[in-house]
Parts: sequence; C-alpha cells; structure tokens
Amino acid sequence: MVTSAERLRRLLALVPYVVSRKAVGLAETAIAFGMTERELVDDLNLVWCVELKAPEPYCPIDLSYEGGEIVVSQAESIARPLRLAADEASALLVALRMLAELPGDGSAVARLIAKIEEAAGAAGAASAQGTIQIVPPNGGVVAAQVREALAEGRRVHLRHYVHGRDEVTERDVDPMRLLVVEGRTYLEGWCRRAEGVRLFRLDRVLELTILDVPRQVPAEATERDVDQGLFLPSESDERVELELSAPASWVAEYYPCESVTELGEGRRRVVLRTPDTRWVRRLALRLGEDARVLSPASLAEEIRAAAAAALTLYD
Amino acid sequence: MSKRRTERLLSIVVLLLSSRRYLTAEEIRAAVHGYPEQYDAFKRMFERDKDELRELGIPLETGMNNVLDEEPGYRIRQQDYELPEIRLEADEAAVLGIAARVWQSAELAGAAAGALLKLRAAGAADLEDDQQPRPGIEPRLTTAEPAFGPLWEAVRDRRPVTFSHKAQGRSDSITRELEPWGVVNRRGRWYVAGHDRTRNATRVFRLSRIDGPVKMCGPAGSVRVPSDADVRELVKNWDVTPPRDHEAVLRVRAGAGHGVRRYAKTVAADGDGWDKITVQYSDVPWYADYLASFGPDVMVVGPPDLREAVISRLKGVLA
Repeated sequence: MVTSAERLRRLLALVPYVVSRKAVGLAETAIAFGMTERELVDDLNLVWCVELKAPEPYCPIDLSYEGGEIVVSQAESIARPLRLAADEASALLVALRMLAELPGDGSAVARLIAKIEEAAGAAGAASAQGTIQIVPPNGGVVAAQVREALAEGRRVHLRHYVHGRDEVTERDVDPMRLLVVEGRTYLEGWCRRAEGVRLFRLDRVLELTILDVPRQVPAEATERDVDQGLFLPSESDERVELELSAPASWVAEYYPCESVTELGEGRRRVVLRTPDTRWVRRLALRLGEDARVLSPASLAEEIRAAAAAALTLYD
Repeated sequence: MSKRRTERLLSIVVLLLSSRRYLTAEEIRAAVHGYPEQYDAFKRMFERDKDELRELGIPLETGMNNVLDEEPGYRIRQQDYELPEIRLEADEAAVLGIAARVWQSAELAGAAAGALLKLRAAGAADLEDDQQPRPGIEPRLTTAEPAFGPLWEAVRDRRPVTFSHKAQGRSDSITRELEPWGVVNRRGRWYVAGHDRTRNATRVFRLSRIDGPVKMCGPAGSVRVPSDADVRELVKNWDVTPPRDHEAVLRVRAGAGHGVRRYAKTVAADGDGWDKITVQYSDVPWYADYLASFGPDVMVVGPPDLREAVISRLKGVLA
C-alpha cells in the first residue's frame, strides 16, 4: 500500500512523463513506473478528478487513455517534474562519484555528474561536500582484463581458486558483466564447463587470458538478481546444522542461513543449505572447539577424521 | 482516505503553482475539495498537509502580498518547483541506469529510483533501455547497519550525535558523543569519522559496531568540519591491514593447499609427496585458523607458537 505522499510523488512525475512524450502507451508507462495498468488507471483518474473552486479561474486537466494511449493537456502547472530532493540528488551523486573512481573510461560518468549537479542546484550541494564517500575496490589487473574482454566481446580463460574446495580449476567463460558487491569484485559470465551462469570472485582468479574467440552468451543465460543475495540456496542442497559458541557466532551473519536459533550466552544453532559440504568441513576445522556439526552425521564424522589425520602429522 | 488525501494534496500543488499571489489558508480551503467545515479540524489537517508537501521537497513559500495583509499566505514559485532542463546522451543515460541501481537498501534505493523517475519524466533519460551498451561494471551498496540512516542525516545537516559503540574485542559498550565529518564505505564496510567529544580527539568508528540507536544531540549546522579534514584518509589509516611480518615454514601436500601456495615465498619438494613452503603472515590466531582449515593437507613446521595454535584448533574439533 503506497502512502498518499508516495502516490503524490508518483503523480507529479507521471503527468510530465506523459506530457513530454505527447502521447504514450498505458502498458509502457506502467512498466516505467513499476506499477500495474490497473494502478496506473487509478492514478490517472485521480489526476482527472482534480477540481478547484474559487478564487482563481481554473481550467481542469484534460486527460484520456482511450485505446491504451495516454494523452494529457491543460496541465501546464505540473507539466515539468519536481526538482530533485536533497536525498534523491545525494543518492545518485554518491553512486556516480563511486562509478567515476572505477577504472575505465569515465567520461560519460563525469558529464553526467556535472549535469545532475547543475539540475539538482542546492539539493546537490550537501553531497558535493563529500560527506558520504565510497572507496571502490580497484580489482587490479584482472578487472582491467575483464573490462577489455567485455568491451571487445571476447571469451576468457580462467585459472580460478575455489576456496571452499581448496581447488584450482580451469575454465572458459563468456563474460556478461562485472559486479561489485560488499566491497568485492565479481565476474558474472556463462561458464562453458558448468554450462550455466557463474560468479567468480576476482581476487581468487589466479590467471586470466583473453581468448581470440568471440563471446557467445546463450539466450537462456540470465543475470542473477544480486539484490536477492549473491548465493541462492536451492531445495536440492544438503541441509547442514551447526552449533556455534560465542567466538564463532559471526558465522550466522557471514553466511546466508536458513535459520538461526539463539541458545543463550552468545551460542547459536544455525541451519545452512549448500550444494557442496566441503567448505563446511574447512569452516569446522578452522573453528575448532567453537563449532560442532550436528547433522548430517556423515559430515561430522568426516570432519573428526580430518582433524585426527592432521594431528597424526604432529606425532 | 488515502486517495482523497492524495487528491487534496495534488489540488493544493496545482492551485499554488497556478497562482501568482500568496493565498491564505482560508482561500486554499475555499478552493480545494475535502477540508472539513470545523475550523480547528481544518487547521490540523492543513498543517499536516503542509508538512507532507515540504517533506516531498515541494518549495512551499510563506509570505504576504502587501503590508496590509493580516495573515501570511502560501505560494509555490514555478521556477523553484521545476526540474531545470536536462538532456542526456545515450552513454550518460546508460550510466544513470547503473547509478540508480547501486543502492540495495530500501531507503536510498527509493531515493535513487525517485530521482530516475523525475529525470525520465523530464524526457532526459529516454534513451535508457536494454539495447544501450552498458559500462559493464555494476556496483551494489548495502546499508544494513541501522546506524547508517541517522548518520547520513547527521552529516548532511551537520548535527552532533551520540551512540553506544562496542570496540573490537571488548564486551562492554561505551557511549560516545561525536561531531560527524563524513561517512565512508571502504572495502564494503561503513565507517563514520569525526571529532569525538568524549575523548576530545579525532576518531573513526565502524558502523556495524554501533549498538543501539544514534541520537542527534545538537541543532543543525552546529558541527564545523575542519577545512583540512580528509575523512577518506582517516578511515584508510584506521583500517590498516596488519603487515605480514612473520614467516612460517609449512609442509604442504603436493597438489593441495592452493590457498597457501598462492602467497608462498619459496616452494621446494620435500619428498613423499610433500612440498616445503615458506610464507609470510601477520598474526598467529588468524593464520592458525586458516591453516587448520586445510586439515591433513598442511602441517606447520614452525614457528612453535603457530604450530601449537594449529594443534590446539585440531584438538578442539575432537574435544
């Protein structure tokens, strides 16, 4: 349910959106505003209902959406969008200044910053003081190579360290984009070995070669919705139950958990889902007495066996 | 009710934008549908409406048409209201699309989306669509820390704040009074830097270690940021990676321990399917955790404190 303020904000953008385009389709507009056509029609009806009595002579806004096409006239007073609010200008400018610091050709970013600053006027002034700053990771040589491959539309070959399995793998990848999430840079691409979309943390790429092969991202490859989290558990994943004492309780925040139960005194029981339990084995070994795998029992046994085998090296 | 309210607010905006002179509250009531007859109820409702309009960033001005007026009126000047003319090139519009998607937290994502919508409404960002070449890099920023919102406001409005903060490795929280100079994201983590009134010194705090609410403790504009303050540099100096100034000698199984091998200084065959590796590390507890994670693929030859720490982790697993 949108509040009346949010709805007003939307309406004050909707009218200029239509006016600046002369006429525009209902369906297209609904998509642009992230609403259903029905909600859009409700909004349009609301604009149409604006009726003023005295004292000024008032000519009602004329609006129609017959045949799926919206036309607005007599809306001079609100034909231009409202200027950017301070937080809107800041949200954009802080993000843009971060983009400007990323390696690569930043000329479009620089031009855009200047235009937004000018349009924002006083609202942009607060953020111009640099009170909110983002220091992006530079991603190093590998990031520069990936950008080059993306720009030229070429396939890459990776030697990649898989931390969870302590393995080095080699694979050909058709790059789709670079992502920077939580301060780390990832390559998202179509992995020809796995035949699927995969993310590769760049600081774990040991070596990258740009191949003399055009990239071929299949039509079914879809970018991951990273706003839902980088790693999405699946139903077919193995369920792992861990008990953590206080020094290891960070695990519950660091890894996406299906459930977290507080046991008191900082102890926690967590349930994780994972397609591969080898990283849990590594995690349990490093946590020592601060973690216990409760289930599956076979994994708990495997971890004990690994610790026992390691200890014999010191005998 | 919400629909009526939106209708009323929109009517006020249209009315005041169309009017050249200041209109009194009474004139507004007469022109706009939906206000109650009863005066006090009207007054309360009108006050709320004014607040709401101002919160949306609508420049509602108060003034008198002439000195003889008894009460002030309201107007919205078109030039203060309107987004100035703005035209974007195709590559700029593509960048705008990326920038508007950077924020993952609801509040700022909403603000960025609001800005994008206005720019699109102005026809400025029409070119933004999936056919456009994109810059190829898409950063995301999360602001999961509850302290972020209030600190963003505090630095924007230059207001001092108090909060309780738990330093790393301590179990008790200490209340701090801070004049915040800036908020910085570095390596995906948020920090605030400023003058700590409690300690009378420049300090940096990690937002994730602030527990409990952040409260404003002074009026807007009362924080003076020194002209030579470089918040980014302050955070950089605070968040230093400890130098890798210790050296370990390890035995690593051939074809395993890749994580260790990546940073090896020297590698030499050591017989029976093992390699001997020397590697630099910074502190014993952290590196012992890391080495223990390799289980029977890595063995510490020395130094003794690192060796003992790994053995103790492994024994802990069996305990």
